[in-house]
Amino acid sequence: MADLLLAPFVEFAFMQRALLGALLLSLSACPVGVFLMLRRMSLTGDAMSHAILPGAAAGFLLYGLEIVPMTIGGLIAGALVAVGAGAVARLTVQKEDASMAAFYLISLAIGVVMVSLRGSSVDLMHVLFGTVLALNDAALVLIALVAGVTLAMLAVFWRALVAECLDPLFLRSVSRLGTPAHFIFLGLVVINLVAGFQALGTLLSVGLMVLPAAAARFWVNDVMGMSALAVAIGIVSSVSGLLLSYHASLPSGPAIILSAGVVYILSVLLGRRGVIATNLPRRKHRTA
Amino acid sequence: MHDHCDISPTATDAVIRMADLTVGYGSHPAIHHMNCALQPGSLTAIVGPNGSGKSTLIKSITGLLKPMSGRCLRPKGVSLAYLPQQSELDRSFPARVIDLVSLGLWPRRGLLGRHTAQDKAAVAGALEAVGLAGFEKRPIDSLSGGQLQRALFARVLVQDADVILLDEPFNAVDAKTIGDLLALIARWHAEGRTVVTVAHDLDLVRAHFPQAMLLARRLIAFGPTAQVVTPENMRRARQFQEAWDESAPWCSADGKLHGHAPALVPADKAA
Repeated sequence: MADLLLAPFVEFAFMQRALLGALLLSLSACPVGVFLMLRRMSLTGDAMSHAILPGAAAGFLLYGLEIVPMTIGGLIAGALVAVGAGAVARLTVQKEDASMAAFYLISLAIGVVMVSLRGSSVDLMHVLFGTVLALNDAALVLIALVAGVTLAMLAVFWRALVAECLDPLFLRSVSRLGTPAHFIFLGLVVINLVAGFQALGTLLSVGLMVLPAAAARFWVNDVMGMSALAVAIGIVSSVSGLLLSYHASLPSGPAIILSAGVVYILSVLLGRRGVIATNLPRRKHRTA
Repeated sequence: MHDHCDISPTATDAVIRMADLTVGYGSHPAIHHMNCALQPGSLTAIVGPNGSGKSTLIKSITGLLKPMSGRCLRPKGVSLAYLPQQSELDRSFPARVIDLVSLGLWPRRGLLGRHTAQDKAAVAGALEAVGLAGFEKRPIDSLSGGQLQRALFARVLVQDADVILLDEPFNAVDAKTIGDLLALIARWHAEGRTVVTVAHDLDLVRAHFPQAMLLARRLIAFGPTAQVVTPENMRRARQFQEAWDESAPWCSADGKLHGHAPALVPADKAA
């Protein structure tokens, strides 16, 4: 048993690096995902993960498979789409779902065109699905930096983020922090997606953000507890995904996301607020 | 064009002063050239038909709506608590009653200030005062409409503001809750705070509010309630046209224009 679970991580450096990267990503992306879900923006996360593609592709076209240019490109593209969509939503009658969809579709189309101009489909697969088993030092440093920045920003802006979700009009009546908090949050989404795409690819990095948070919602009913549980689910999914990938020779990114998906399905069914618990006939009740 | 009220808008000791205030949506005013001043410690009911600009006036006092012309002023350092008619509160958010009420600590503690034992006592005291003691840990999605309104009043209590703006706080709550909320308003009044409440029930206004403001896009009357809420004034207020008149004539008062097109058409011919 220990051989099955521990040996891969003890024996192989690349597994250790993969584990470290995935754990750091869980620590930072999962709490961000909780707020994404509470703001009903889970699909926005998905859209943003597509939006960073042309930036990453531009970096790839100019410098090949190098983390720094691809990351910077992804950051720029993500920031453009986030600010553009956010600005349209805040300055016009259009809501953020429509403006975000418009901006990310344009962005995604540009990205696919750019990748297909040069490079093979193997490269495209790498950009889209990542390779957690080939994380180099630069990628690990980047992920660690992003995790540090994310946790610090969440700690500082926690109260504003909660208030902006819970009662935005109230926050506007007592503080001017609502709009900055919104954009800082979008920024956190972008940097976490960019950090994740080396390991998991642009399509799957959002999975580690959304799935553990969505699963945690079925178990606890406070933001702090939900974030902690989401991180725990992210870590469990990372470890089991890596093991699955190692033993069954599956691609690592999808294996991690699949593990998180299994936790999500189980939570939907068995969670305290899940399908079964809330639909069981409840005959026992208190007097008041 | 101008409406003047009993209390001079230039009163220097006013806590809220509207000077030639016009606020609206698009180029259409919901509050039109209003002059008025509220004295510190006053307790005022705003009455008027639907669409007469009551909520708009409250929102411009809070600063959430920017005026098209004129100004709405309050002295520096005067704090303000606002309970909107249509709260943007997300009731499915995983928060407990105590989390919601603790939001009221924001003006004092802001983003990073630690909530002290004294703050926690203030929150507990507010819950006690609104009759929600023991509800601290209840999730907000399990509250009834009246209980939620009590919780929001508790948040206003915690805010400890000089000026309290309540937009239709008695909507869809039962008689007992209305009574309890009125008692809180009376307590704020006794503490010397300025309270402005939008209300529709004229009997309630006559019984509990010494001063009233009757709106119909413009200020119809302002002063002691008995002199404002009269059949004659109410009839005048009802006559105002609520209907959205897309091609309403451009207004030019004192030669100052608001709206974005020059008023080339004489007002009497444009309609």
